[in-house]
Amino acid sequence: MKKEQLLDLYYQMVLIRRVEERGAELYQAGKIGGFMHLYIGQEAVSTGLIAAREPRDRVITAYRDHGVALNCGISSNEVMAELLGKATGMSKGKGGSMHMADTSKNMWGGHAIVGGHLPIASGLALGDQYAGNDNVTICMFGDGATNIGYFHEALNLAKTWGLRVLWVCENNQYGMGTAVERASAVTEIRQKAEGYGMKNGQADGMDVMKVYEAAREAIDYIRKEGQPYLLEVDTYRFRGHSMGDPERYRKAEEVKQWQENDPIGIFNKYLLDKKAATRKQLDEIEARVEEEVTKAVEFAEASPEPTMEDLFKDIYADN
Amino acid sequence: MAKITMREAISQALMEEMDRDPAVFILGEEVGVWGGTYAVTKGFYDKYGAARVKDTPIAENAILGAAIGAAMVGQRPIAELMTINFAFSAMDYIVNQAAKLRYMFGGQFTLPMVIRAVGGGGRQLGATHSQTPDAIFAHFPGLKVVSPGTPEDAKGLLKSAIRSNDPILFIEHATMYQVRGEVPEGEYTIPIGKSKVQRPGKDLTIVTYCKGLELSMKAADELAKEGIEAEIVDLRTLRPLDMEPVLESFKKTNRAIVVEEGWKSYGVGSEVVSRIYEEAFDYVDAPILRVAQKEVPLPYNRTLEQAALPQVPDIIVAAKEVLK
Repeated sequence: MKKEQLLDLYYQMVLIRRVEERGAELYQAGKIGGFMHLYIGQEAVSTGLIAAREPRDRVITAYRDHGVALNCGISSNEVMAELLGKATGMSKGKGGSMHMADTSKNMWGGHAIVGGHLPIASGLALGDQYAGNDNVTICMFGDGATNIGYFHEALNLAKTWGLRVLWVCENNQYGMGTAVERASAVTEIRQKAEGYGMKNGQADGMDVMKVYEAAREAIDYIRKEGQPYLLEVDTYRFRGHSMGDPERYRKAEEVKQWQENDPIGIFNKYLLDKKAATRKQLDEIEARVEEEVTKAVEFAEASPEPTMEDLFKDIYADN
Repeated sequence: MAKITMREAISQALMEEMDRDPAVFILGEEVGVWGGTYAVTKGFYDKYGAARVKDTPIAENAILGAAIGAAMVGQRPIAELMTINFAFSAMDYIVNQAAKLRYMFGGQFTLPMVIRAVGGGGRQLGATHSQTPDAIFAHFPGLKVVSPGTPEDAKGLLKSAIRSNDPILFIEHATMYQVRGEVPEGEYTIPIGKSKVQRPGKDLTIVTYCKGLELSMKAADELAKEGIEAEIVDLRTLRPLDMEPVLESFKKTNRAIVVEEGWKSYGVGSEVVSRIYEEAFDYVDAPILRVAQKEVPLPYNRTLEQAALPQVPDIIVAAKEVLK
């Protein structure tokens, strides 16, 4: 990867972190409603994955979607505006934190029914297969989604029909507050792909380069072979499941231990060690992000609310 | 005009639209090699091949999820549910996904898809295979629900549904595939969301759809022998509900009954009656009655099943009651 690309990945990761930190403040100030699930700690996963796709490859994810949206190229202005429910959000204020999509950037949504988007991912890939192209659909979901029927129906269909889907399980160790071993018969999620004869792999989700390499390899295989692939990525969310999480299910020491492996810290060190960047360059990126996020908040706050007319818009495409 | 069966009408609509638009394809359980559980897609697999007539696993979430995803990226899938009862296994895809995705993402994409599902009782299939749950699906904004009662309407409405850019649940009745009716020669479509007077009359209005239309037409013939002229308004589409022809008829007759095969409580009749009271209260000369299924899960036993389903005599009794 070229230096500029590496620096861009660093920028994306820091941007996700800062957008969400500001988002959390705005949530606590009562400016953001509903549920909000932060991606902090998992930034390396979507950053590495999406860096490995071509623009024609589709991305679909669950409700922890702010990072994915930013990685796909949706602006921080739009992300912040959607969080605030403004008309200038990418979903025009109708989706909120959990439902961010921009199909022009091949980001097909944040989806809030656990596992519900997996069969839809098979459908996106089916649409491409039917059209006769070799686009890949990257479908991200948590470990918790692998215990629900949708997962199994979607994987079975993808393998049976040879659909080009990269299934990415972000194993962040907990489905809401329930640890993997308390909810899943196997704790190594990739084993579930074996039951469908599906090629699979594992990657360290705290290291963006490792995720990127694993994703590239998987995407090459998928595109070439016309077969799905399941990639399990081990990661950890530093914050609660959502903003209202008392975190009674895990110990502070455990969180602290993972935080010592902060994906941004790891990548920062990697860039310096490899002499891909200077300390000054990285500081500049952080300062640039700071300014961008401040402007995004200003943009969102100054943006108009959707109108009463919008309430009845887009229910149907035909009258 | 040609006289064909409901099965032929639906089959013709599917074939004509597949010939017309390469984006249209069919997926579902046993739609291909088997030829469709109700033989609606017989011959399709040989004509169009496995890519356009896709046999699926018995996995309703996968079927509807795949249809939704393919529709999001511009294809025009027709997903067949072997029976509407299996829709409950994939309720999420109908109510949480198909009905909401466009709105929730600010109108960024369309969902040009049809879900064909067979419903209805009367074939001794037991409680889980005989339901008429149409009203449940009509509850959700974002979905359109169509349920025709004649071959002509079935063909024209299904063709419109396939061309529509919205998700449409198209409900057929298990006992009506052999029903014969006149169908126009050549190309035609019938707009979704338009009710239709299927039989003119002046004494009372019978509002109905699908299987209820067949029963109501027979009841109207009987009533006519006694000099009672019933006007039958066929809803054809449950959402969006077109009340205009209903209200127009009611303002003339001032008396009405609603006939449906589903359960009475919270049903289609409940909705129609409310709308008449809200929008034509000054024209009401008698309480509006509902003829519907008894409030029981449908039993297997033929006598009991028929006793639970609405029958022609029930319609005649109700019609005479509102004319008292």
